[in-house]
Amino acid sequence: MKSLRNKLMPLIAAGAAVALLSGCEVPIGMEAEQIGYRGTGMEEVNNPRLQAKLLEANQIPEPQPPASQSGPKAGDVYENVKVLGDLSVAEFNRLMNAITEWVAPVEGCHYCHDGDNWAAEAPYTKMVSREMLKLTRHINSQWTSHVAQTGVTCYTCHRGNPIPENTWRTHGEPPQAGGFAANRYGMNLGSASVMYASLPYDPFTPFLKGDKDIPIVPLEALPQRLGEGEQRVSFMDTYQTYGLMMHISGALGVNCTYCHNSRSFLTEETTPKHSLALIGIRMARDINTSQLEPMAGLYPEEVLAAHGGEVAKVNCLSCHQGVFKPLYGQSMLKDYKGLN
Amino acid sequence: MAMLSFERRYRVRGGTLIGGDLFDFWVGPFYVGFFGVLTVFFAALGTLLIVYGAALGPTWNLWQISIAPPDLSYGLNMAPLMEGGLWQIITMCAIGAFVSFALRQVEICRKLGMGYHVPAAFGVAIFAYVTLVVIRPVLLGAWGHGFPYGILSHLDWVSNVGYQFLHFHYNPAHMIAISFFFTNALALALHGSLILSATNPAPGEPVKNAEHENTFFRDVVGYSIGALGIHRLGLFLALNAAFWSAVCMLISGPFWTRGWPEWWNWWLQIPIWA
Repeated sequence: MKSLRNKLMPLIAAGAAVALLSGCEVPIGMEAEQIGYRGTGMEEVNNPRLQAKLLEANQIPEPQPPASQSGPKAGDVYENVKVLGDLSVAEFNRLMNAITEWVAPVEGCHYCHDGDNWAAEAPYTKMVSREMLKLTRHINSQWTSHVAQTGVTCYTCHRGNPIPENTWRTHGEPPQAGGFAANRYGMNLGSASVMYASLPYDPFTPFLKGDKDIPIVPLEALPQRLGEGEQRVSFMDTYQTYGLMMHISGALGVNCTYCHNSRSFLTEETTPKHSLALIGIRMARDINTSQLEPMAGLYPEEVLAAHGGEVAKVNCLSCHQGVFKPLYGQSMLKDYKGLN
Repeated sequence: MAMLSFERRYRVRGGTLIGGDLFDFWVGPFYVGFFGVLTVFFAALGTLLIVYGAALGPTWNLWQISIAPPDLSYGLNMAPLMEGGLWQIITMCAIGAFVSFALRQVEICRKLGMGYHVPAAFGVAIFAYVTLVVIRPVLLGAWGHGFPYGILSHLDWVSNVGYQFLHFHYNPAHMIAISFFFTNALALALHGSLILSATNPAPGEPVKNAEHENTFFRDVVGYSIGALGIHRLGLFLALNAAFWSAVCMLISGPFWTRGWPEWWNWWLQIPIWA
């Protein structure tokens, strides 16, 4: 009995070690970047093999061949050109080709244009596209504090899909048992939106649509006494904030120390990246409330109904897609002046 | 430091690993030995270097003194003294002192004809330290991944390294380590309180012994692990707590670079419910 036990124990231990490590990464050649004073643990550790895949998935398409900037304006030659009328005809068509490649490479021009009458206000996708062009210009002109001169194009979000893959809507909670289990407040769903933590799956509605306060750090040791007009910070408030932070981490492929020194989450202890993130949150909120939601009226009712009666909205992942700068900071905007 | 009457009987010669009879003597109650000398040498040198580093540093506030490891850019090379080199030498001193102390325990075990359980147990603690400042930094390719030597600064490091993986409580080895720490505390509390209760009976009553102790736990939970067994269990729990703490840091970075919650996706993807 004892000899059997002596033989079995190392086997069990080896088996447990293999099981534990089988879900892990190969510990060779990890790349580390220091982002704070030495010894503070402010660093990013990345797996070069995962980074290579990410890099491959974030290459930009070849720019369309250059077109003549002179000649008649598109607005004078074509009917019903409301946004891009000041481009030359050649540049206008060049941009149309680019948009087709970025947004509807399979569906082609007729995804947004009526083949019998290209100037018609139909199908609805054309009106939506027009608003999206305005949105792109809005971002590139009003939000340079976040997108800088790199700017955004349709491709930043769309990546070859008519509907961008990374958007969100305020759905009701997924199906759930009744009785005592009736409300789990959106938690414990292992949702990708909060990087698979138990946190509430929807940190977007409060922060990227609403303007709920994000900071939850108490400013006194025992913050029970509330001053005039002060709101108590609940556990749910902290979960939602942590959920948003998890989303940002996942969307940018970075960890918490990219923006925070966790010795204190007060703003004074943050890295310069934190300011960019703050602006980004406000940008997403602005895009969702002032640009995307007003487009709801452009969609046919059955299209909207199929998506819970709601237009798709953006979060950090919509553009960033796992990278600290969308498309690794490669500017596509510089090749398409019509989007500026 | 008068010697107890029976102590002289156990002050036997021999059993040394290195140095023969040269350091085979006692100073007061302490056995010296070659490794005792080494321990004192490394401990004194390391401590003095920390004081030296503090003297050149910005503060004498005990909480804030910090000897930080080199920048990551130095990789696995030596760094200038005030840019992490001090940390590297102090690390060597610490490992030298800890290992010497363990080997001194081995010599004492040999003198007394005991098993090596004590140095083996201390060895697990040394392993945990070496994991943090040698094994993990070497796997990640830079000494700068070690933790700084300072009361508050090492806590900041712990916090930030945890947040490098978004939510450290999802680290499976961290879960196991925490469970062992808590269970260890529970077992020690149960054992300590049992011994004190047996040796402090009501006035006029005789001191109770193993029969009573075993009966108490059989009455409470149906089982008593026994007088020897509780110490085996205690050693098992304590060593596992330290061992899995080391593992949870070892796998963070070298074996996993993403958030720890994401590691559990294998569970979410089990075909039964995925």
